[in-house]
Amino acid sequence: MATSPSYIAETLGRRTSRGFFARLRGGDEIAYLVTLACAVSILLIVGLIVFELWFHSRATFTAFGFRFLTSSKWDPNADKYGALPFIYGTCLTSFLGMLLAVPLGVAASIFLAEMAPPKLSNFLTFLIELLAAVPSVIYGLIGIFVLVPAIKTYLVPPLKSAFGYLPIFEGTFYGLSFLSAGIVLSVMIVPFIISVSREVLMAVPTEQREAALALGATKWETTWDIVLPNAATGIFGSIFLALARALGETMAVTMVVGNSPKISASLLSPGYSIAAVIANEFAEANGNLYISSLIFMALVLFGLTIVINALARIFIMTTQQKGSQA
Amino acid sequence: MMMEISASRRIVNAVMLTLSGVCTVLVVSVLFFILGYLLLHGVSSLNWDFFTKLPKPSGETGGGMANAILGSAKVLLLATLIGVPIGFLAGVFLAEYSGKNFAFAIRYVVDLLNGVPSIVIGIVAYTLVVRPMGHYSAFAGGTALGIMMIPIAVRTTEEFLRAIPNNIREGAMALGATRAKTIFTVVIPAAISGLTSGMMLNLARVAGETAPLLFTALGNQFWSNGYLAPIATLPVMIYNYAIAPEEDLHQQAWAAGFVLLTLVLIINVTARLIIARGPAAQRR
Amino acid sequence: MATPQQQQSLKDPVTETNAKPAVTTAKADAKLKLTARNINFFYGQFQALHDISLDIPTNKVTAFIGPSGCGKSTFLRTMNRMNETLRNTRVEGDLKLDGENLLGMDVTDVRRRVGMVFQKSNPFPKTIFDNVAYGLRVNGIKNRSVVAEAVEQSLKRAALWNEVKDKVNKPASALSGGQQQRLCIARALAVEPEVLLLDEPCSALDPIATLKIEELLFQIKDITTIVIVTHNMQQAARLADFTGFFLMGKLIEMDDTKKIFQNPGKKETEDYVTGRFG
Repeated sequence: MATSPSYIAETLGRRTSRGFFARLRGGDEIAYLVTLACAVSILLIVGLIVFELWFHSRATFTAFGFRFLTSSKWDPNADKYGALPFIYGTCLTSFLGMLLAVPLGVAASIFLAEMAPPKLSNFLTFLIELLAAVPSVIYGLIGIFVLVPAIKTYLVPPLKSAFGYLPIFEGTFYGLSFLSAGIVLSVMIVPFIISVSREVLMAVPTEQREAALALGATKWETTWDIVLPNAATGIFGSIFLALARALGETMAVTMVVGNSPKISASLLSPGYSIAAVIANEFAEANGNLYISSLIFMALVLFGLTIVINALARIFIMTTQQKGSQA
Repeated sequence: MMMEISASRRIVNAVMLTLSGVCTVLVVSVLFFILGYLLLHGVSSLNWDFFTKLPKPSGETGGGMANAILGSAKVLLLATLIGVPIGFLAGVFLAEYSGKNFAFAIRYVVDLLNGVPSIVIGIVAYTLVVRPMGHYSAFAGGTALGIMMIPIAVRTTEEFLRAIPNNIREGAMALGATRAKTIFTVVIPAAISGLTSGMMLNLARVAGETAPLLFTALGNQFWSNGYLAPIATLPVMIYNYAIAPEEDLHQQAWAAGFVLLTLVLIINVTARLIIARGPAAQRR
Repeated sequence: MATPQQQQSLKDPVTETNAKPAVTTAKADAKLKLTARNINFFYGQFQALHDISLDIPTNKVTAFIGPSGCGKSTFLRTMNRMNETLRNTRVEGDLKLDGENLLGMDVTDVRRRVGMVFQKSNPFPKTIFDNVAYGLRVNGIKNRSVVAEAVEQSLKRAALWNEVKDKVNKPASALSGGQQQRLCIARALAVEPEVLLLDEPCSALDPIATLKIEELLFQIKDITTIVIVTHNMQQAARLADFTGFFLMGKLIEMDDTKKIFQNPGKKETEDYVTGRFG
């Protein structure tokens, strides 16, 4: 069948006046509206989250007010609730985790960004990013059966003999404790510190390094005196990001922290965290006040992570701006 | 006159560099340690029963996690259906239609959602789905995980669509294609490898999530019919067995952990390799 | 070559003021594919085109020349309304395609009737066949044999058929730069546009690839009207029947190519074509 040259032009030309339905089939209006609706619905979902959390914690707020956050009495049988042990535990375990993870992570990111040849650096970073993909419950599994016994056998005895007089190392160590949770957390958040810090370090312009090296500085001196300060804001950003993750980390912590709502100065004693108590007790919680107390704490956790994440973003955006001005 | 760099500076340099290398090796070795340990302890408990049998009642040994494996699949399917379309289309909006200010607001909120701890999302799924329905369900679990999938779906879609150069869009529009047709017949197909791998990574991430399922899908000793009943999932089973007193259950937890980790890592490695070879990477 | 009658009607658009050209007969009208009157174009607050009036004669090659940033590409993109894909742009004035108001028509129809080939070739990440077929399919022509025949015909017109006929289902990315540009021409030709706009199509190509494209433009002059933007004056002299010289957003002079190059009416034109400024 021969297609005369005008066939196509005719077929297409016949559609010069486009009616409403033809334009509809073209799809621009619909596509715009549908995709816009999806974007807006995300705003609604977040709003809904905030609303639900607030709405279902009203009972606790009415009963205890802000004293809920400062009271350490957690007694479901007596229907008395106080969030302090969990806030304390969340902060303590996260702080411990950061204490261990930040030096380790920054040091590793320095190696990956400044020392290692590109191929090696990319390969190792790939492996470290796989670490970030390991599910929390797996960390918990290793935590209970490997880490905790190891800490008990190899770490705590020397710690106690050397520093046992310090209040933070007081008491008998049964395994599940703030210390164990802190160590597990640090392993979990190190990959985040590394991947963001590494990118931030690599973004520091080469000219800066070359200027220092040309003056006779050693590689380490260049890194410490020139590159790190340049990248400092971004590294802070990565630290805050990791902190936000640590605060919300649930499974690994609940499997090794001991699940005991006590405030203690000793790292060796068992403790609790907001996420852990919710994980443990929510499904069985009965009574409006019990449930709403757990939800109130979830709201606190939510607010905390939002604030920390926002700070992290400010730090990281500042770094990006500095980089683009360079 | 040549100035010799002092010995102490050289020593410090060497020490610090070595230290940082040691730290890196330490971190990387954790990955191999975890894998190795799970391999060691998990593979030995892996048998045909694990994949085909239901859990045995308390006190009896043996049994498997067949229901948990299927359960995870069902919950993940729901999560994908709930979270991915919204996230994907919102990503299309950000990449193709949105103005600057509105895009900034959406991105901010999406990042915010991404930072919400998974257990908090679980609570919201509880109040929104479990409470009105009156019972736990796979649907509630799927809702929780689906909400978690949204931010990554949005971000990957936007990133990979933006990576397609603008002159391709112009070429299509110059032929008389509407903007929508251009997006769906040219831009999205061009970005398809990145989009799929992004979805794979997204799935792998929620596949390992336990916390939000603890009070949405809850768990089930038996098969769960349909999507409106409590359902067993792999991560929750691992958790339950790990904290149980019986040694036999610990063994099964190792096996399940091995299966879960292997799946998650395989999906991750495959997806990242695809991305590394795709147009977005080549643009850099 | 233009008849004295046509020359009469073409001399008048050479103006920077609002004078209307003296279009003398209806016959002369049918020979004008596109007519532009008093086109002003704005990027936001910035005015990129000032009061442009010109005619594009049917089945001829018209070239726009001028230094970088003079507005020739901007004006070209006004003719198929590609500027509308950018934010914050505004066009004022009168633009007619075969007597119809181009600015008021449905934009996708405009773009089907007024095709464009871009400076840097932009084949889709699809097969060669799917690239050429895209315009047809997206405009509703799905019949396999019709599409296949049209694809073959377009590739022949773009002088690419012999080189790709055995690998028409292979990715377009496998072609060389010059071949990709001819593919883009074939793709544009497939929807049988009444006007083909080319925006410096050879600037990224070597001389041999350029030559091939110039040759095919000569051939397809009969089936479409060609408007080509070029910064290469020799190319304009070789290819074009009529040439328009743009400078700083204004059309300085537009006439027979021979006249523009050998005996330009305005000093600015003369300065440019004799190379007194770049």
